[in-house]
Amino acid sequence: MADLTTNFAGIKSPNPFWLASAPPTNTGEQIMRAFDAGWGGAVWKTIGEQVTNVSSRYSSVDWNAQRMMGFNNIELISDRSVEVNLRELAEVKRRYPKHAVIASLMVESKRKAWHEIVKRAEDAGADGLELNFGCPHGMNERGMGSAVGQVPEYTERITAWVKEAARTPVLVKLTPNVTDIRTIARAAKRAGADGLSAINTINSITGVDLETLLPRPNVDGKSSHGGYCGPAIKPIALNMIQQVMSDEVDGAPIPTSGIGGIGNWQDAAEFLLMGCTSVQVCTAVMHYGYRIVEEMIDGLSEWMDAHGFATLDDFRGKSVAKVTEWQHLNLNYKIVAQIDESLCIGCQLCHIACWDGAHQCIHVDRVSGPIDGPVELHAKPHESGRERITVTPIAKLDPPATHVGPYATSLERIPRVDQTECIGCNLCSLVCPVERCITMVEQSTGLAPESWAERTKATAELAG
Amino acid sequence: MKFVANAEIAARFADLHPALDACAAVIEANRCLNCFDAPCMGACPTHIDVPRFIRKITSGNLAGSAKTILDANVLGASCSRICPFEVLCEGACVLHGKHERPVEIGRLQRFAMESFYDAGGRLALRQRPERSERIACIGAGPASLACAAELRQQGFAVRVIDRRELPGGLNTHGIAEYKLSAADSLREVEMVRGLGVEFEVGEVDAAGLAQIESESAAVFLGVGLGAMHRLDIAGASKIGAGKIIDALKFIAGYKTGSRRTVGRRVVVIGAGNTAIDAACAAKRLGAESVTILYRRERENISAFDSEYEHALGEGVEFVWASQPTAMAEISDGLGLYCVAVAQDETGKLIPVAGSQFDIECDMVIPAIGQSPLMELLAQIPGLTMKRKRVVIDRATGQTGNPKYFAGGDCVNGGREVVDAVADGKRAALGITAWLSSQSNTQTEAQRG
Repeated sequence: MADLTTNFAGIKSPNPFWLASAPPTNTGEQIMRAFDAGWGGAVWKTIGEQVTNVSSRYSSVDWNAQRMMGFNNIELISDRSVEVNLRELAEVKRRYPKHAVIASLMVESKRKAWHEIVKRAEDAGADGLELNFGCPHGMNERGMGSAVGQVPEYTERITAWVKEAARTPVLVKLTPNVTDIRTIARAAKRAGADGLSAINTINSITGVDLETLLPRPNVDGKSSHGGYCGPAIKPIALNMIQQVMSDEVDGAPIPTSGIGGIGNWQDAAEFLLMGCTSVQVCTAVMHYGYRIVEEMIDGLSEWMDAHGFATLDDFRGKSVAKVTEWQHLNLNYKIVAQIDESLCIGCQLCHIACWDGAHQCIHVDRVSGPIDGPVELHAKPHESGRERITVTPIAKLDPPATHVGPYATSLERIPRVDQTECIGCNLCSLVCPVERCITMVEQSTGLAPESWAERTKATAELAG
Repeated sequence: MKFVANAEIAARFADLHPALDACAAVIEANRCLNCFDAPCMGACPTHIDVPRFIRKITSGNLAGSAKTILDANVLGASCSRICPFEVLCEGACVLHGKHERPVEIGRLQRFAMESFYDAGGRLALRQRPERSERIACIGAGPASLACAAELRQQGFAVRVIDRRELPGGLNTHGIAEYKLSAADSLREVEMVRGLGVEFEVGEVDAAGLAQIESESAAVFLGVGLGAMHRLDIAGASKIGAGKIIDALKFIAGYKTGSRRTVGRRVVVIGAGNTAIDAACAAKRLGAESVTILYRRERENISAFDSEYEHALGEGVEFVWASQPTAMAEISDGLGLYCVAVAQDETGKLIPVAGSQFDIECDMVIPAIGQSPLMELLAQIPGLTMKRKRVVIDRATGQTGNPKYFAGGDCVNGGREVVDAVADGKRAALGITAWLSSQSNTQTEAQRG
């Protein structure tokens, strides 16, 4: 069985699955239950000067009858005192010495305040410190959270203050609400941060109640923008992680704890492949509870075993370098759509998607038109079903519907790709509801690989 | 006439299938792939734009969803209760190709339609000029209702004439109550009335028809079929009143609340959908045993498979390949004398020697088809009949007499409500096109 033990800049945990600093890590009692369920570490709900929270605090975006595709909160940091939080933290560490307990911290931007909170957290037994420079709502109005994380100079200065006092590894949590997340990561590196956590939540308004006209969530007739998270933000997070993990400015990339829409082992594996040392989870736990970690551990182990990865280091970061700038992509690589007629169910979604949303090369003319060869004259999409006179079939009186062709679906319903016109965009294969029905197959162009960068360089040389 | 549903009947004939609740409807609606030129739409005789109305359910636009349905099929509510979906829209669902159960189109349609009626159920007339021509629809069943509604939408003055007090035809009188209640059928009729259709009660005879024709620019025949075939076996004519009752009368009786009892032991003769409805109704009215007697085998019945399965679930028993030969009143009810039959090489049914058997019962319900309304239809010059059905142009509904259009059971010999609705709507468009061409011709003649 695969070895999932994790060493994050010296912070050790039995697996890379940490709970992110959020409501699931609000109290010691919760965190201990989470460790019992299998979580390898927990970043404590941000500790700082005690706040007052509002109700309600959350809102979400449902999609296609699925709850909480995206989740939004306007909750501030811990509304419990520093004393209570640190007393419980000490208790957790005493009972769970092998699990990672990281204190997330946020205090006013004064050197002394930071030195003091760092000392108190470490004295309580925290294995590491995560600096909350990311909270995008409320705290930033008070000059903390993303108000720090959006300005490289502030990030660098406060991180440096913390490093002056800290004996444990220091992680800087990055906000995505910036133009280029790398500028903040570089500031953290310059200040000597031991690691990064990315990403925090994204500024959001999840929607408007169309009866009351009130944006959500509703706090006594008013709303406020919140921080967006959950499955919806995973692609954004993954991109930002890739940016940070491939950035060599101001030093090599440092260990990073990946955050953003991670809900299962596949998500986690993707973040690890993008270079993360550990991953942090919040929304999925808020949705389903701590128990989901069992599937995450199990799934990741099975996948590692199947791929021959004994440890996380065996595959960590393997996908980072596979991302490049567009200008280095091969312009002479061509793929075209191919429909497996035996799998087609005749929904014609590829046809209408190609027609209205792509390049008009998937046709529904299998019965009347030629099957191969270029089609110059395109018939417009056409709903033929409306024109037929249909009656309820009575088995005894009516012959079964005519079926054309050798496949389960009648040929007239199976679209045809005009491969001479297909530009290989993928759209049809993405909309097709049947697994493996539409595949993109490589078609030799007979040309040597050439990128845009190479082409423009060659052109410039010719001109020069 | 104000109809009040009978409480006992309502209790005995409670809804067969529960309605989808709002949350379940949205989840089910989201299963729809939203096919292009969707096969379900093509399979529906009225071509309801199924993906469109389902998509509107997913976005909470229930009014728009219902109007999408009604735009194609003004009886969308009753059809959502009684259509044999498995051979229509749901049978055509592409999810079958993925070995998944089809989208529950019928229940989603019912959800949209019930939301519509619960919210008041009023349909607006399209923007169009009123037209001076008057058109009469004979019969107030589904074909006429659909025709009349569409004619009103085209701007014509429309009246619907039926011999029964309660309009709706078989929707009101002939469909098992647990599938479609008389009250729900009448609610739909009221919506059609709300479009400005006038309803009249009266028997249409030869003289009446001449009168109607003279007052109308066109006449739509949605007359359905006539009385059910009588049970023509020895002794039947001597049986006392109320012991032989045809299936449609039986069903109409309990649906309108005038019948609340049934014989202890009931035999239904025939195995079509109406026979099944009658048999199940007899069970629910309290019959101890209900037997369906059918002259052919299970695979030959004209009832849909789902109906057959339902009857089994209700406790109806089936006796195959047998037919009654005679009957008589006996001390304890009725004696029905039967014989087993088998097919010869030509397919003809012949009695099996020595296979005679008796069934003792208290009530016999023949459900052996309806005869066409030959008497009325024979009055119309130019109208042609073929195999006891009115011959029409399929695309327009026009009969051999150009002023007469027809649709529904009198044309197709007895099919589904949705077929009648499609016929009625096509005929309305046919009438509109024909009258337009007539007036164009006239104008041209005047210009000379």
